[in-house]
Amino acid sequence: MRVLTLDVNGDRLETAAPDHWTLLEVLRYKLGLTGSKQGCDKGDCGACTVLVDGKPVLACLTLAAEAVGSKVTTIEGLRPAHLEGGGTGVDPVQDAFDRCGALQCGFCQPGMMLTARALLNENPNPDRTEIQKALSGNLCRCTGYTQILEAVETAIAESTESEPPRPAWTQDHPHVREDAL
Amino acid sequence: MLRLPKFRLEEPTTVEGATALMAEHGEDAMVVAGGTDLWPNMKHGLFEPKVVVSLKRVEAMRGITVDEDGSLRIGATTTLAEMAQSAPVQASAPALAQAASLVAGPQLRTMGTAGGNVMLDTRCQWYNQTHFWRKSLGYCLKKDGTVCHVVAGGRKCVAAASNDTAPTLMSLGATLAFASADGIREVPVGELWKADGIWNKKAERSEILTEIRVPKQAAGHRGAYGKLRDRGSIDYPLFGCAVRMDLGEDGAVAGADLVCVALVARPLRIKRVEELLVGKTPGTEAFDSAVQEVADLAYAQAKPMDNIPGDAEYRRELVPVYVRRTLQAAARGEGPVHHV
Ligand SMILES: Cc1cc2nc3c(=O)[nH]c(=O)nc-3n(C[C@H](O)[C@H](O)[C@H](O)COP(=O)(O)OP(=O)(O)OC[C@H]3O[C@@H](n4cnc5c(N)ncnc54)[C@H](O)[C@@H]3O)c2cc1C
Ligand code: SF4
Ligand code: FES
Ligand code: FES
Repeated sequence: MRVLTLDVNGDRLETAAPDHWTLLEVLRYKLGLTGSKQGCDKGDCGACTVLVDGKPVLACLTLAAEAVGSKVTTIEGLRPAHLEGGGTGVDPVQDAFDRCGALQCGFCQPGMMLTARALLNENPNPDRTEIQKALSGNLCRCTGYTQILEAVETAIAESTESEPPRPAWTQDHPHVREDAL
Repeated sequence: MLRLPKFRLEEPTTVEGATALMAEHGEDAMVVAGGTDLWPNMKHGLFEPKVVVSLKRVEAMRGITVDEDGSLRIGATTTLAEMAQSAPVQASAPALAQAASLVAGPQLRTMGTAGGNVMLDTRCQWYNQTHFWRKSLGYCLKKDGTVCHVVAGGRKCVAAASNDTAPTLMSLGATLAFASADGIREVPVGELWKADGIWNKKAERSEILTEIRVPKQAAGHRGAYGKLRDRGSIDYPLFGCAVRMDLGEDGAVAGADLVCVALVARPLRIKRVEELLVGKTPGTEAFDSAVQEVADLAYAQAKPMDNIPGDAEYRRELVPVYVRRTLQAAARGEGPVHHV
């Protein structure tokens, strides 16, 4: 057992865990922060993505002890950080994912939204290729990704006050009635 | 859920501290840098060290510097993302920056290191599996068993070197610095490998790679990396090829090299490449036909096996395609060659 002092979502948290516990296990099973998902547990899927010092990393392949001294952000910290920065409601990325229907089962979402948030913090106006590249380590088995990309583009459009994307399902479908759009 | 087996973690802050720990614990200890290879392998029960020595807090091992003579020194715990985005690496060793940019996915490149990529364990579809899976199969030579599932009756493991940066470092003539309790030794990266999939390096498991040195390349240096993989976003190579092509003042090829990976236990240098290309000027018919000859050579010399996923015949047919495209990309000062 090792005593761990972790900085998670701006809170200083003290806990204890054996050396071989991953950051994901400590977040979920010691700190009760179950937003970070345990998918493949071996680096393939990105469901466990958290931000360490602002960068997306895989919590399933990070030891909890190695995170001591760094700032960890989990999905639970996104809204508080947004409010602290003077915003209202939820983080615009979360809001856009919600409104664009960018999720089905939701398992990939915490990782997906954290990766998107980190991207927008670094580059407030990425193009679609840059978004795709940034999100390429986060797998989604449900949505087919289209709405996810549109959600990120919607968040960007709203923050840069430009035209939001027209949802893909409304395009090139002559059988969709105009008044349904 | 995949749990890590129990071990004690050591976090030294100096190279000397790390080598002392490795000497103290001998075969019971392993080093870890980014952990993106070691942790999945340990979760699969492939390694069971009692002590793991993490290099993450050894500040002196991280970062890229350019020497006065123009050569690069890349600290072993420099991340793949840092290496891929580094302006000096992009400028003087483009193939290396390209290969680093195509390793795994973004999170893994933020975590995985330059040194960990060189020291990556070889890979095989019968080996990189959970303990349950391997047990059901009856294990194999590389871990816990007595047979090889790739070569029937084989007595030697042929798991594939699958590290994308290794062939580029070979084509660039890089040197590796290893530290141990006995001091520092330097090894040309081309001399590191041996044809044994169980442990494909001529280095002790206790030695710590501290630095990668890439010598200054010729004035007309060009380089590119080509990578075949299933999902362009994240997968290990099904085949990789690194090209060095030095153009002389007259614009003709003055020197060249081609090294491939994801075939056998060690990265494979294709023989006779330089003699076919030297003197040919990119953009001419003579160059294009020399490129085709090199692609044919690679087809003859590089024989993919059923060690890693991806049908071996399919991979073999794509060897000349990737070699040709990567040579042409290098000649144009472009790359990487990759399907996304
Ligand atoms: C889903 C997934 C996809 C991947 N795809 C690719 C890919 O496409 N191409 C690719 O090349 N790799 C790939 N990888 C593997 C890995 O991410 C990279 O190879 C990375 O560079 C490994 O570095 P690391 O620091 O994480 O290594 P670690 O896991 O820390 O170490 C790897 C091995 O090297 C040893 N080691 C590490 N550092 C040193 C050192 N300084 N001195 C001596 N020994 C050392 C360790 O003991 C261990 O045996 C993938 C991994 C995953 C999980
Ligand atoms: S090549 Fe694969 S199956 Fe054969 S011994 Fe090596 S790891 Fe096992
Ligand atoms: S749970 Fe960490 S990458 Fe899948
Ligand atoms: S919504 Fe189910 S995995 Fe993405």
